[in-house]
Amino acid sequence: MNVPGGTGGGRAATSLGARFLLLSVVSLALMVLDHRDDHLSRLRQAFSVLVYPIQMSVNLPFKTWQWASTSLADRAALLSENAELKAEQLSYNVRLQRMAALEAENTRLRAILDSSARVGDRVLVAQILAVDLDPYRQRFWINRGLGDGVFVGQALLDANGVAGQIVRVEAFTSEAVLISDADHAVPVSVNRNGLRTIVVGTGDSGRLSLPYLTNSADIVPGDLLVSSGLGGVFPSGYPVGWVLDVHRRPGQSFAEVIAEPAAELDRDREVLLVWTPEDIEQKEEPTSLAEAEQ
Amino acid sequence: MRDPDTDWVLPISSFILALVLAVIPLPEAVAAFRPDWVPLVMIYWALASPERFGLLTALCLGLALDSLSGALLGQHAIAMLVVVYLSLRFHLRIRVFPIWQMAMTVFVMLAIHEFLLFWVDGVVGRSVPYIERWASVLTGALVWPLVLGILDRVRQPNQARV
Repeated sequence: MNVPGGTGGGRAATSLGARFLLLSVVSLALMVLDHRDDHLSRLRQAFSVLVYPIQMSVNLPFKTWQWASTSLADRAALLSENAELKAEQLSYNVRLQRMAALEAENTRLRAILDSSARVGDRVLVAQILAVDLDPYRQRFWINRGLGDGVFVGQALLDANGVAGQIVRVEAFTSEAVLISDADHAVPVSVNRNGLRTIVVGTGDSGRLSLPYLTNSADIVPGDLLVSSGLGGVFPSGYPVGWVLDVHRRPGQSFAEVIAEPAAELDRDREVLLVWTPEDIEQKEEPTSLAEAEQ
Repeated sequence: MRDPDTDWVLPISSFILALVLAVIPLPEAVAAFRPDWVPLVMIYWALASPERFGLLTALCLGLALDSLSGALLGQHAIAMLVVVYLSLRFHLRIRVFPIWQMAMTVFVMLAIHEFLLFWVDGVVGRSVPYIERWASVLTGALVWPLVLGILDRVRQPNQARV
């Protein structure tokens, strides 16, 4: 039996086959170019502008729900929340007073040691878009893009710790990868003793793994892991996770260490984009040079 | 009444709805069972109106899906192209199938679609070895009668099948 529908003989079928081959070659070429390098970032940005309304329309009901739940909440609930927040703020303020003294002391000590003082990082709040990506990868979109100065490799924090980093920047949105993605790793140090190692994601947003610690490494459950700043992506000193479980197997040379992320990776709605002083310097350098020449 | 052969409102709104359904957040437990809405709707239109919706539409939708899901640009596009090529090649035969046989055909086409995505992931080294990946193929075939029924009803209220 020949081609059904191809009443004009093989011609219709051939042209269908030919068009199919042509378009397949086009999409194969796109994949190769996209995989190899950033040749297609312009094209990707154009597409991202086209699909932006779809992302927005998916996000809208969730945004409306948030808005409605705050504006329709009853007075008593708001009052009690307000009281809670005030109490919380008071306790933070007390801690902050000590922090100011400590910071001054730290700067003084660093001056004595002749090392550079640590300056505060600049942050920007970004909303996570309620858009599902591939369910097998720990990725999400945020509502900040090129216009906000977001760049690839920028660190993302939430209120409790390191959340992830930016992998792609589009016109109005950016794609971020969480530290729990199976392809992601963060250089950390143990806060207690400064032991340096690497935290690798597992694909599960509640677990991180530390595969490069030997059996004799000094690490115990409850240790806080902070970003070490090695690798140049994450600013140093932010909490990454807590060690949950250390399993030392005599037959193996490496211990099995599991940690819990400090950031609430699966519950976040807002994240902070961080610019370290070096990032800001790099960006401002050209202008200051130009000014100097003038 | 609208003429079903020149009406563009329904196809375009069904494509947009499919794209929205493809990225709308679902609870983690059922996310793996999310049917591939875009290929399903595309197969419907390739069968219902092959002279209007063909390979070019598939390419555009595939690229939109790539951009939305952050996949490699062209990954969904090539998978959609293959599925739509098969639908166009055999559309007259598929159209007269009884509904269960049609769902079986759709099952096979979605399996090819998923396999191509899987294969590209493997080639570029994105490790996704999960067995749950194939769940969407099954749910896709199960919701096919629904897609077919709804779109048919809206497109030609007086006629039953594609």
